Amino acid sequence: MARLKSVEELKKLRVEAQRDLMVRTQTGTRIIVGMGTCGIAAGAREVMQAILRELESRKIEAHVETVGCVGMCAQEPLVDIEQAGKARVRYANVTPENVPRLIEEHLIKGKVIQEWAIGRLDARKIQ
Amino acid sequence: MEELSLHILDALVNAVEAGASRMTVLVEEDTRADRLRIEITDNGRGMTQDMVAKVLDPFYTTRKTRHVGLGIPLFEAAARQCEGALTIRSEAGKGTELVATFRLSHVDRAPLGDMASTILAVLLSERQVDMEYVHRVDGRTFQFDSTEIRKELGTIPFSHPRVRNFILSFIREGEAELRQGSLKKKITGAIEGEVEGKEQSEWRG
Repeated sequence: MARLKSVEELKKLRVEAQRDLMVRTQTGTRIIVGMGTCGIAAGAREVMQAILRELESRKIEAHVETVGCVGMCAQEPLVDIEQAGKARVRYANVTPENVPRLIEEHLIKGKVIQEWAIGRLDARKIQ
Repeated sequence: MEELSLHILDALVNAVEAGASRMTVLVEEDTRADRLRIEITDNGRGMTQDMVAKVLDPFYTTRKTRHVGLGIPLFEAAARQCEGALTIRSEAGKGTELVATFRLSHVDRAPLGDMASTILAVLLSERQVDMEYVHRVDGRTFQFDSTEIRKELGTIPFSHPRVRNFILSFIREGEAELRQGSLKKKITGAIEGEVEGKEQSEWRG
């Protein structure tokens, strides 16, 4: 019975989600969280959860993705933010407590938080 | 690591990096035998026997950016300190199977933790992957399979906020139901133990 209920829920969800899908795919914002051993041990999974919660409470459209070790293990958790047409910025030592400011300043105000950022990749080089 | 689900996440990220498109996690808790067994299988590129032997060595990694690979050795240490073991079987081109065992009631055994977040983190990988999660507690079973959800969703990606929430709450509710079943037993056990202790002290007195 529980299973049947969840399938029905999913069908309803599909119809509703389809409506705003077009808008979402065109926003082009990606948030990438490093999820290697080093990232996990430093709390990357909790950072990912904090990001998902913050995006949802502020109704921000962004694709959150996880990747393996980025290679800067001592600086984990690492979070990259990439917005269409802008440079990709890498933030280091991100904690769940840092996430609201990160979303507020970087995504909403469009300002890079200089003291937390450790790298920037030109938009053209990512392609 | 503070939770076994973090070790599981680590092993699953390894599988994704090994090109796996499907992974299975089986967690079996047997309170009567006092054992916990975690089995993780994937259909990635697998390893040669040589690599399998090396993978438990913390100073071995396939990566070029650094020279240590701590994930599997940490998982093994967690199992060994709880009267358990970790074994890996793998075949190049076919996939890998990792089994970790623990004494369920061992004082050093970390809790399983937030499996819902672990599974979501894997499903949000850059590349599309699917996974099945089966959790058994004394014969009671909770099962999750992302392929079933994908089938119902059509083109809606797992990264959609509503889908993410559906996955998290589906797994959390299922785990809570499983726990409620085993919790009842634990409470009964604790009460019985207490009564036993009391009787002993009265007898001694």
